[in-house]
Amino acid sequence: MAILADRVDERSDAYRANRAALQTLIDQHDELLAQLLVGGGQQYVDRHRKRGKLLARERIELLLDRDSPFLELSPLAGWGTGFPTGASMVTGVGVVEGHECMIVANDPTSRGGAINPITLRKNLRAMEIARENRLPFINLVESGGADLPTQSEIFIPGGRTFHDITEMSSLGIPTIALVFGNSTAGGAYVPGMSDYVVMINQRSKVFLGGPPLVKMATGEESDDESLGGAEMHARVSGSADYFALDERDAIRLGRQIVRRLGHRKLGPGPRGPGSAPRYDPEQLLGIPSSDLRIPFDPRDVLARIIDDSDFDEFKPLYGTSLVTGFCEIMGYPVGVLANHHGVLFNEEADKAAQFIQLANQSDTPLVFLQNTTGYMVGKDFEQRGIIKDGAKMINAVANSSVPHLTVNLAASYGAGNYGMCGRAYGPRFLFTWPNARTAVMGPAQLAGVMSIVARESAASMGRPFDEEADAAMRAGVEEQIERESLALFMTGKLYDDGLLDPRDTRTALGMGLSAVHTNEIAGQRGYGVFRM
Amino acid sequence: MINRVLVANRGEIARRVARTCAALGIETVAVFSDADEDALFVREATRAVRLPGTSSADTYLRIDLVVAAALKSGADAVHPGYGFLAENPAFAEAVIDAGLTWIGPPPSAMRSMGSKIEAKRLMRSAGVPVLPEGDEAGFPALVKASAGGGGRGMRIVRSEAELAGAVEAAAREAESAFGDGTVFVERYVERGRHIEIQMFADQHGNCVSLFERECSIQRRHQKIVEESPSPAVNEVLRAEMGAAAVAAARSVGYVGAGTVEFLLAPDGRFYFLEMNTRLQVEHPVTELVTGLDLVALQIAVAEGSPLPPAALHPTVNGHAIEVRLCAEDPAAGYLPQSGRVVDFDIPALANVRVDTGVMSGDDIPPYYDSMFAKVIAWAPTRSGAARLLAFALSSSRVHGVATNRDQLVQVLRHPEFLAGDIDTGFLERNPCTERVDGTHRLAAVAAALVGQARSREQVAVLPLVPSGWRNVTSQDQTVEFDIVGIGLVSVGYRFDRNGAVARLTVDGEPLGVTAGTPLTGSVLLTENGVSTRFHVRIGDQHAYVDSLEGSWTLRLVDRFPLPDSAGLAGSLVAPMPGSILRVLVETGQQVIPGQPLVVLEAMKMEHQVVAPSGGTVTQVLVAPGNQVSTGQALLVLEDKS
Repeated sequence: MAILADRVDERSDAYRANRAALQTLIDQHDELLAQLLVGGGQQYVDRHRKRGKLLARERIELLLDRDSPFLELSPLAGWGTGFPTGASMVTGVGVVEGHECMIVANDPTSRGGAINPITLRKNLRAMEIARENRLPFINLVESGGADLPTQSEIFIPGGRTFHDITEMSSLGIPTIALVFGNSTAGGAYVPGMSDYVVMINQRSKVFLGGPPLVKMATGEESDDESLGGAEMHARVSGSADYFALDERDAIRLGRQIVRRLGHRKLGPGPRGPGSAPRYDPEQLLGIPSSDLRIPFDPRDVLARIIDDSDFDEFKPLYGTSLVTGFCEIMGYPVGVLANHHGVLFNEEADKAAQFIQLANQSDTPLVFLQNTTGYMVGKDFEQRGIIKDGAKMINAVANSSVPHLTVNLAASYGAGNYGMCGRAYGPRFLFTWPNARTAVMGPAQLAGVMSIVARESAASMGRPFDEEADAAMRAGVEEQIERESLALFMTGKLYDDGLLDPRDTRTALGMGLSAVHTNEIAGQRGYGVFRM
Repeated sequence: MINRVLVANRGEIARRVARTCAALGIETVAVFSDADEDALFVREATRAVRLPGTSSADTYLRIDLVVAAALKSGADAVHPGYGFLAENPAFAEAVIDAGLTWIGPPPSAMRSMGSKIEAKRLMRSAGVPVLPEGDEAGFPALVKASAGGGGRGMRIVRSEAELAGAVEAAAREAESAFGDGTVFVERYVERGRHIEIQMFADQHGNCVSLFERECSIQRRHQKIVEESPSPAVNEVLRAEMGAAAVAAARSVGYVGAGTVEFLLAPDGRFYFLEMNTRLQVEHPVTELVTGLDLVALQIAVAEGSPLPPAALHPTVNGHAIEVRLCAEDPAAGYLPQSGRVVDFDIPALANVRVDTGVMSGDDIPPYYDSMFAKVIAWAPTRSGAARLLAFALSSSRVHGVATNRDQLVQVLRHPEFLAGDIDTGFLERNPCTERVDGTHRLAAVAAALVGQARSREQVAVLPLVPSGWRNVTSQDQTVEFDIVGIGLVSVGYRFDRNGAVARLTVDGEPLGVTAGTPLTGSVLLTENGVSTRFHVRIGDQHAYVDSLEGSWTLRLVDRFPLPDSAGLAGSLVAPMPGSILRVLVETGQQVIPGQPLVVLEAMKMEHQVVAPSGGTVTQVLVAPGNQVSTGQALLVLEDKS
């Protein structure tokens, strides 16, 4: 037992300022989420309802076990990209008949549920999570197909959608398609490749080519029902396994299918009782500094996230800019790596590499709490081999085979992003607090570097340096980098699995940990643990 | 000496008799129909004899089988309880002829009093006042079955025009109920009170009055609240009525426990109604105010002992009130209910007596009387007894079948009742079936929240995550209930990330109520600063909610009804289990809205299934004599439109 201390002072000016700043961002985030609920717009929602159809989230809500949680993934995917925010698709992990499943639902009120490049990315990411964690995959299909103007970005990579459905099946991960409407042309292969297919009377339309295309291709006169209606597929083609009378009936059948799957978790169950943290998670809003340059102690965050605020710290006196230790979250044992003073020095890199090996040795999942400005630069550190030490850490992260879950609490800059298991290092789940920044370096640094390079270039060519133009360039670059490093921008590009209200961190990690334990937890073996 | 008594009855009275027998060291033998095989009184019996069949006529009314059971089981006496064969002189004779002791009055006295017409003639000649009858009755008048009891075959007639129809209906009901269609007409006294004298006589010439009971609170002429003493009877009247009762009993050579029923008119005059030659349902109130055990006295008298001094010189101490808990829905015309009593818990309070035929988990079969328990409270004063009894009832859990419990509580708290201002028309003026407007909403909210707590407690996956947690909230968790008399009620709720109830709606409307953390058995709802605990029991198909606001039964509406469970369109279904008495239409017949189609008998009552709309009968699915269960289709009606 090593209970973390309560060091948060709610009356301090810093706490209040931090909290106010973060609350503003959360309000903005909540506002964007609220806008999602009208899909592509109120008139499309109304039209959809008038047809007697349920909205994508209504379908999901019905499919889920009552009172069970649902972790929606990348809800703001597409923000800032020109494509609809939400990407015309809802994805997430939820409980169906007592089994955690990956659920994907097209949102037909948003551009007819058409697949654009962001939709595709969101879909593929959901499938990746399902595959890595062995979550049964349920597809609630109703899509107009590819967004044709962007077909060049979709057609080739989009083939992966169908590839992955059947690959999951081959890995013993059940795939289920409930077809609520159009699922035509390439889209027909979503039900086509799924293990179980439910189609709905007079609603499902599943064909390679519709009546106009058939007429053009062969001259044959036909209609939707005979080409791809539910009854035809259930009675004649055999493409449907279950014939549902209406949407609710289809969802009932979907639940019935999951109930009989007997899908078992391969990982161990929770080990501890999962006691709540001792301190109020509300206080998480006052912890991250509103000024990115001021570091904060991740133990204050851990004290409000982990079970019983009980944290057994590893190497607390060594490489103190990185906090490492063991604890439980909702009963699941985890190893934690959390940045403290932002910078990763040689000792921190070594400490991380050793700790990651230990977690692999004991098959313990890892949680990365990012707040890093990157690896230290400078003559001393280069000469002491910061590249070599950082490489050990990145090596350990990259080849670790226990599940990783990453949360960006405030900053994820430079190679620190890689060492602390950023997106490219395959964390099973990656969430971002709304205040966080992600970039190769800070805007001022980046603009400064560009300015210095330009100044040197001008000097070497003997040209006069235009200070005015430089100032304008620096301002422009700083503004651009600042904007592109914002959490919203990153989530819009699907560089995370969603923004997280800090107060939901424990819940999201708990759900993530439960999901990863659906697959087996097996650490990397080989050498003994290198002491570094 | 009696050593082994066969109790020729069932339910609470069979247990009541057995209890005293055990206290006296007398063994008992139970008899039971097939429907009662698992009943409490049979489970408790050390000896029991099966009476094959389910209907009363095949079982508890079979003199030959009951007497044979007594002989076979080595009983030396028979106690008939009340109802069934208790007032059947042929049964008493058969018992005596078999060489057994009959714990009851002489058959001759039973026979004299058994015919109401004969009894009234006897009383008139003995100087006991009786109501004018026949042509002298005038209007309003009451048509009664001569062999009747319990209000069956009884009709109030207010004009000449109604008379013939009422006589015919009463005769038919009497014929079917008692095998004797004889009816008579007597004056009907408006605002009369039902006062009866418990008398007791031994074989040594002692005959005493154990004072009155008032049983004016009646529904459909059946008593549901009884008390002793009566607030309408003073010492003088008590003495007069007691003397009249003793005179009545003596005139027929009565021995044992008997009750002489009188109608007390508003002008203070009283009239003999009838004499019940048996132990009464409501005998406990007399026991609680006199301190006597009437069953023990019955046995002593049957054994030939003289009445003890305590019975010969009885005194009244305090006040006792009894209520009859019946499986019926007062708001739906006292529609009888049957089924499993999921929970039956009455708080153990000093001075509250519970005589019950069922425990939690027992079934109430559809074949017999709907009364399944009596609750009796004693206090030094009448108002104290009413308060205690209302408290005991309102704090009780009675789940699984609809009962008159809430109605009884309302009666006991009604100002007119508390003022002693009651008569047999009380429930017609004050149905006591009103509910505080909107409390069903609170009940539904409580049921939803507790159901949620239960389901969260049982989950194996993500049990520690806040209930219904969402990072993108699009809608409330919704639960739908079906409440009899109200219809569908939809509850929406949402928890915040800390697991507290953050939002409550009913039928989409926000409710001005906050909720505490729901537990698996109850939840605290707060309205206007006052918190009320709602206890909820979640069954397979129903939620049962109890609170100070009353109790509710809510049917859980399946989120995913099977597509074929809606049934055949246009089919009319049985509203309760029972047997088909008559089918009044045939296939192809045109019917008008409200036209009776099928008559069903359940729990001793006739119920008509009427056409909800005009149309053509396309199928008749049942025939007279068929047993049907609730919801079973009886016939199919094709709408005219």
